[in-house]
Amino acid sequence: MNFHLRDSLRNPRSFWLLLFASTWLLSSYSFPLYKALDARWIIKFPSAWQWQLDERISTFMAWLVEDAGFGLFTFRQLTRFLSALIEAPYNTMRAFLADGFHSGLGQQAVEIFPSMSWIAVTFLLVLLAVKAGGWRLAALVGGCFLYLVVFGQWQSAMVTLASIAIAVPFGVLSGLMLGILAYRSERFERLLRPLLDLMQTVPIFAYLVPILFLFGFGPVSALVATIIYAMPPMVRVVLVALQSVPEPLHEAGRMAGCTSRQMMWKVLLPSALPTLMVGVNQVIMLSLNMVIIASIIGAGGLGYDVLAALRRLDIGGGIEAGLAIVVIAIALDRLSQAFSLNVHSQARGSSVTQMTPLMYAVIALALTIFLALIGKVFPAIQSYPEAMVLTTGSFWDQAIKWININFFEVFEAIKTALLTYLLLPIKRFFVGIPWAWGIIALGLIGWRVGGWRLGFLCATLAGFVAANGLWRDAMITVYLCGVSVLIAAAIGMPLGVWAGQSERADRVLSTLVDTLQTLPSFVYLIPVVMLFRVGEFSAMVAIVLYAMAPALRYAAHGIREISPQVIEAGKVSGCTRWQLLWRIKLPLAVPSLLLGLNQTIMLALSMLVITALVGTRDLGQEVYIALTKANTGQGIVAGLAVAFIAIIADRILSALAKSSRARLGLAI
Amino acid sequence: MKYSVIPSIALVMTWGVSSAIAEVESLDPIKITTHDWSGQIITTTIMGEVLKQAGYNIEYVQADYIAQFAGLKTGDLHVAMEIWETTGREAMDEAIETGNVVSLGESGMIAIEEWWYPSYMEEVCPGLPNWEALKDCADVFATAETAPLGRYLGGPVTWGGFDEERVEALELDFEVVHAGTDAALFAELESAYQRKAPIILWLYEPHWAPAKYEGKFIEFPPYSAACYQDATIGVNPSAAYDCGKPTGPIWKVAWAGLSQKWPGAAQAISNFHVSNTEMSAMISRVDLEGQSVEGVVEEWLSANKDRWVSWIK
Repeated sequence: MNFHLRDSLRNPRSFWLLLFASTWLLSSYSFPLYKALDARWIIKFPSAWQWQLDERISTFMAWLVEDAGFGLFTFRQLTRFLSALIEAPYNTMRAFLADGFHSGLGQQAVEIFPSMSWIAVTFLLVLLAVKAGGWRLAALVGGCFLYLVVFGQWQSAMVTLASIAIAVPFGVLSGLMLGILAYRSERFERLLRPLLDLMQTVPIFAYLVPILFLFGFGPVSALVATIIYAMPPMVRVVLVALQSVPEPLHEAGRMAGCTSRQMMWKVLLPSALPTLMVGVNQVIMLSLNMVIIASIIGAGGLGYDVLAALRRLDIGGGIEAGLAIVVIAIALDRLSQAFSLNVHSQARGSSVTQMTPLMYAVIALALTIFLALIGKVFPAIQSYPEAMVLTTGSFWDQAIKWININFFEVFEAIKTALLTYLLLPIKRFFVGIPWAWGIIALGLIGWRVGGWRLGFLCATLAGFVAANGLWRDAMITVYLCGVSVLIAAAIGMPLGVWAGQSERADRVLSTLVDTLQTLPSFVYLIPVVMLFRVGEFSAMVAIVLYAMAPALRYAAHGIREISPQVIEAGKVSGCTRWQLLWRIKLPLAVPSLLLGLNQTIMLALSMLVITALVGTRDLGQEVYIALTKANTGQGIVAGLAVAFIAIIADRILSALAKSSRARLGLAI
Repeated sequence: MKYSVIPSIALVMTWGVSSAIAEVESLDPIKITTHDWSGQIITTTIMGEVLKQAGYNIEYVQADYIAQFAGLKTGDLHVAMEIWETTGREAMDEAIETGNVVSLGESGMIAIEEWWYPSYMEEVCPGLPNWEALKDCADVFATAETAPLGRYLGGPVTWGGFDEERVEALELDFEVVHAGTDAALFAELESAYQRKAPIILWLYEPHWAPAKYEGKFIEFPPYSAACYQDATIGVNPSAAYDCGKPTGPIWKVAWAGLSQKWPGAAQAISNFHVSNTEMSAMISRVDLEGQSVEGVVEEWLSANKDRWVSWIK
């Protein structure tokens, strides 16, 4: 390397310019280059060098499932034992909420005790809401559950609720344990961290087949998959919460002569409780995100209703069942948030809020038995009469039809323009990048933003993707997610900035975002296909809708967190509103914006498997194909490739956020 | 999972035949899988209700079409009533190879799949359904992304079907676009049909779509195994796949242990047989007229009692 080049690599602007220019050149001319040099390896990783990792994983999995043993028992017996541990409470919960208790088998079963009546469930949750957050919250929760009743979603909703009621405690407890272990041992934390990344980013479809073998077919496997997916944020939150307990508290504990166990359970955890509740909230929301996938492997409930309705092209039915998931999510979310606030301020003094847990349990039991007895005489008490069920009927189908007939041409024109001028050029750029240069370029980027360690990591992970023959699929993935993230950020961030400055906008937008995030994407995927046809554009629209939420949320958060003194200072020095926004607020919100971008990328990647269902040709499709062919190895390798893209993006953006925080003089 | 407990009790009362049948081998519930399309649920419910008549305990388990094989291999699940030659063959073969899953023969239904177009296309493309008409009006089916080629919407990649090869061999000016799922396939059809817009796509029977929409399958040169394997045979002397798609049976499969534990049930399932016409009629009544699966099945059972009684003898 000569001096000149080295200098220009040090200068940030010329570094990025040079990198982009050379990538662009290589991307545009990789094909002629291959023809001229007769070197096919330039555009395609030589198959002779490929790792065949997928076959090895398949063999390993087959061994694990069929032969692995510990002497006294096999690995499968161990996992089956675990699944029995989960199944017992699940069955009880499900009988309680949805099916009723039976004795006997199959159709000879006799009901011993009915499931909880809809009145009992709704009333008890409302009571809980009054205790946690007052009458407004109670009205919200009551309204949500009445929706389930009135729109005839009750039975399925209770099946779903039963699985949430089991998955969440399991996820929270195991997250808590792992978090505490990681807090105590730094070595364990280093080991755990990449594992958590993988748990969150490898698409569930990739390891569905081995899970089914190990845990048996049915709701338990679905629960296991849900827990794997929903637990990582809890571990992270526990770790952060424990680490940020202020030093004086530690000292107080030590002075009082606490053992390390007492220190943990009596001092650290209680003081970290408000933050821990954020983790609980995350576990609940992510568990609800899994409802659809869980239903594919036999969990039933609302997820199954959504899938079945859309197979009939019954859009209204799909939306009704999808909204049922949304209202459950909103009710549980607001309830758990209210509880976490309550932990903050214990002092509130109406008669209802002073109800002890014991009193609550007694009321619950009495009410359940009482209503069960009356339910024998008046069936409407036990289950809401079918004749009174409301439905939107064909309203949604008609609405979509109307839009389709009247506006299809407009959509088509917009779509064609976007495809020609934005999507296809970007696609050509990414797909053209020769794999070898891609690895080098990622290494350089990593080195530039975070030092040689990061550079090495990025290059290695990219090398893994190439070595498994997935480079082209990975580049299509990067293109599709990249464009979607770009558009999602372009829509979400300005809206977020607006929401950060206006209370009213915030209220409307956050409801919208909550809905978009918890409404199963299947529900809007079908209308999107009707309006935009099968293909990458439809996939992009679905990804944008889903991934926009964090861009908006974090932008709003970043704007709101700016200290009022800074803004005051700006006003005093005579800034106009625009100047205030552009010169002060936005630069200060950059770390938050970057975090939001990071999360947007993660969500976009997690949508890939869903968009495979509308016919993309990327890594998501690869995972999906592996699933339909029951090819464990292929699925896991493609899943890892998705995870590695996520990890590269995450590390690079984190490094950027860190340096921008440092530049702004904020605490890291 | 217990959705049909009540109607089944009603059935027992109506016919009262269960006492006529000998003791069953085991009262453990036989787990039969249901998927997310009505036809399969109808088939499964017919089989399940018939087995109940024979005195078996039946549990319906919702499962994914392909993922269920993991359960069938381990014996967590016992019976799957519809494995389509066209879409499930690979997974089925793989499972049977392990020795833990067995085929219980054909269900009597034949999967038909082919290129399909709505009738209004005959006005703009005269000569249909003959495949040669497609040669002259590929541009009618073109979209901005595929122009000047026509756009043919194929099934998910995993369904196979050799459409790229067919387009090449028959020298059709079409580009094959793959839908990811059949839900996406029908969403596009519905959309085009509402606007009376050009579309040509992969449809199959038995399904509600050919009943709901007016249209026809393209008549390609008839399929033969030789046409797929031998380039010299067929319209194009230098390419294979120069003919239409094969039709294929819909199979019943079971966990290998079924015939040891419940030999009678295994026999009854092997005997199960319904035709395409019967099934299509039932699917239309459920998906298009909104009747309940239980009701439709009950009617079939009372109309065809002789048949299903002979299955469980």
